[in-house]
Amino acid sequence: MDQIIIYKIILCAIVFVVTLGAAAYMTWGERKLASWLQDRVGPDRAGPFGLLQPIADGLKMLFKEEMIPTHSNKWLFILGPSFFMLTACMTGAVIPWGAGFTIDGTFFPMQIADINIGLLYMLGVVSIGVYGIMIGGWSSNNKFALLGALRASSQMISYEVAMGLALIALVMLTGTLNLGEIVAQQDADYAYIVYQPLGFLIFLICAFAETNRAPFDLPESESELVGGFHTEYSSMKLGFFLFAEYINMFISSAVMASLYFGGYNFPFQHELGLEGNLLSAIQTAVFLGKILIFIFVFMWVRWTLPRFRYDQLMNLGWKVLLPLAIFNIFITGLVMYFTGKL
Amino acid sequence: MNLTNRSKVVAKKELTLMESMYLPAIFKGMAITLSHLFKRKATIKYPEQTREIAPVYRGQHVLKRDEAGAERCTACGLCAVACPAEAITMEAAERNKGEESLYREEKYAKIYEINMLRCIFCGLCEEACPKEAIFLTDRIVPSSFTRGEEVFGKSILVEDVNERVDVTKRQTPDVLSFKQDKKHAHNQTFQDRLKQ
Amino acid sequence: MSLTEIAFYFLSFLAIFSALAVILSKNPVYSVLYLIVTFFSIAGHYFLMNAQFLAAVHIIVYAGAIMVLFLYVIMMLNLNEEQEEKTKNWVKIAAVVSACSIMLILVSLISKSTYNMGKAPMAGDAGLVQNLGKVLYKDYLLPFELASVLFLAAMVGAVYLSKKETSKS
Repeated sequence: MDQIIIYKIILCAIVFVVTLGAAAYMTWGERKLASWLQDRVGPDRAGPFGLLQPIADGLKMLFKEEMIPTHSNKWLFILGPSFFMLTACMTGAVIPWGAGFTIDGTFFPMQIADINIGLLYMLGVVSIGVYGIMIGGWSSNNKFALLGALRASSQMISYEVAMGLALIALVMLTGTLNLGEIVAQQDADYAYIVYQPLGFLIFLICAFAETNRAPFDLPESESELVGGFHTEYSSMKLGFFLFAEYINMFISSAVMASLYFGGYNFPFQHELGLEGNLLSAIQTAVFLGKILIFIFVFMWVRWTLPRFRYDQLMNLGWKVLLPLAIFNIFITGLVMYFTGKL
Repeated sequence: MNLTNRSKVVAKKELTLMESMYLPAIFKGMAITLSHLFKRKATIKYPEQTREIAPVYRGQHVLKRDEAGAERCTACGLCAVACPAEAITMEAAERNKGEESLYREEKYAKIYEINMLRCIFCGLCEEACPKEAIFLTDRIVPSSFTRGEEVFGKSILVEDVNERVDVTKRQTPDVLSFKQDKKHAHNQTFQDRLKQ
Repeated sequence: MSLTEIAFYFLSFLAIFSALAVILSKNPVYSVLYLIVTFFSIAGHYFLMNAQFLAAVHIIVYAGAIMVLFLYVIMMLNLNEEQEEKTKNWVKIAAVVSACSIMLILVSLISKSTYNMGKAPMAGDAGLVQNLGKVLYKDYLLPFELASVLFLAAMVGAVYLSKKETSKS
């Protein structure tokens, strides 16, 4: 029992470090990819291929002057980015990063918390993530920050609805809310993208909106709201806001990969003749590869599509995605009834 | 009212179902950006690579010395008058005895300053100069941290005796003969006009 | 004291403290934030009773959706202490009377109920999704569906209220 607890703490630390490291190098990747898509070279001065750029950026953030506006609430001003960062890191706990290892007859799962409401936990964390932005934006005592915060909250609430409904169709198929079981089911069967293409599309669009990424980056809107909710932030508090966006991206890529693309499973994995720990190591690598592909899609979309107008955003969320998600549930139910799965 | 025949009536067409789904257009855009991923990069990595520049490039100015090493500039002020950006200022002084090897003419520029932030590198100073003293070169003006550093004085502008700046590309024989051709009114002196 | 007991007392203290802070703080934004803390501590209590589904839904619905809208509206209105209107005396009296009657109901309920919480923390699977679903859709199907019809009526009402009057007759 004690062994497992120590292992869980170590796993926590590993997941935390990997998430933060991945987020740091995603900032580098984003800049590189953006410049490649625009026929530029991108950061290449700090270290080979600019690989030390994230460290330079982080150090710059840390050494910048710390500003707290005079008429702002100091505690809430600090609480905002901290809370945003906390919620960004929390979702990683329920994601199955691999099948698990067996050492000396003891089984070590690659999932920090195997709770049977994993999906609901995820939705819950996503839904409270908006408080970081709202508190930060309000306590800045700045009209642009407040507008950005209000935009963020209404956007996140709107798209959460469609996201939840897209997941309901998936849950109808899986019959469980446990992420580990959902991934395990996709080992025996096809990946759920085959059964839920429309659901995946809705989930993908909602994931873009929930992570405040372009084309849904209205809360920030550099060009119209001078940065939105983080207008007044500087130094590492700004860094937290920017960094948490990348963590959110990483985690939502992981969620999409495990819900719709088979998680750590890959085709013909049992025909390779590999067993046990070696197989699960390969599986974890495959899972990270899938996450990488999704991150690429996130960035690719950002540097292709222009930002939505606010009414277009709301129309898309409520008048297109929501009916589509309900239609998807209906179709899924019909198909399940006629194929006798229900 | 129709001012030109080129105006077009813009019709706001109703979108077809395929168009209103936007997905084909989105994928088209994504394909375009993806294709740029594999294209040649337009960036020139400056300190290591430099852009190819024309032989008659108009860069940082030089104040020439003659063959003996004396400054050619006589502080006539024609360049300052010609300058459209009013970037050139100078202060003239009389040559003292014993300075013949330093200054070619009896009058010389004690102070000669070009404000590189104002200069538009048009080359009119070079054209105006009757003494072949100022030239634009293919050297790039270095950047600086303050505005004051961008006002170049004689210490920077006058060429070093041992390190002459090559201006033969801008001062070709054709240019020289053109500048001395008395057929053109701007090359005539007062005496030349009297003769005619 | 076991770990769960410590957690129970901590959560209870947090819930009562933040609930008091909700009504005592002058700034409405602080009130809302304290109310969110209250909801979180109550969700923690649900977790202690192994009612995971209830806890998650509590956070998603109350903390994640309703309180965000509360906060949204309060931030939009930008209420300050100076702008606060003087409440009339009869409103105050009515508030006290209704609060006292709710208190009476609560006291009578608590005195009648059998108190068996905290005896077996993290035990019992009544709160798990599967069991809860079975109970809701088998034993309590009619009340459950009636509640959803009530929500539908509320939604229709909201749409009707917010709809613009296009033609004046």
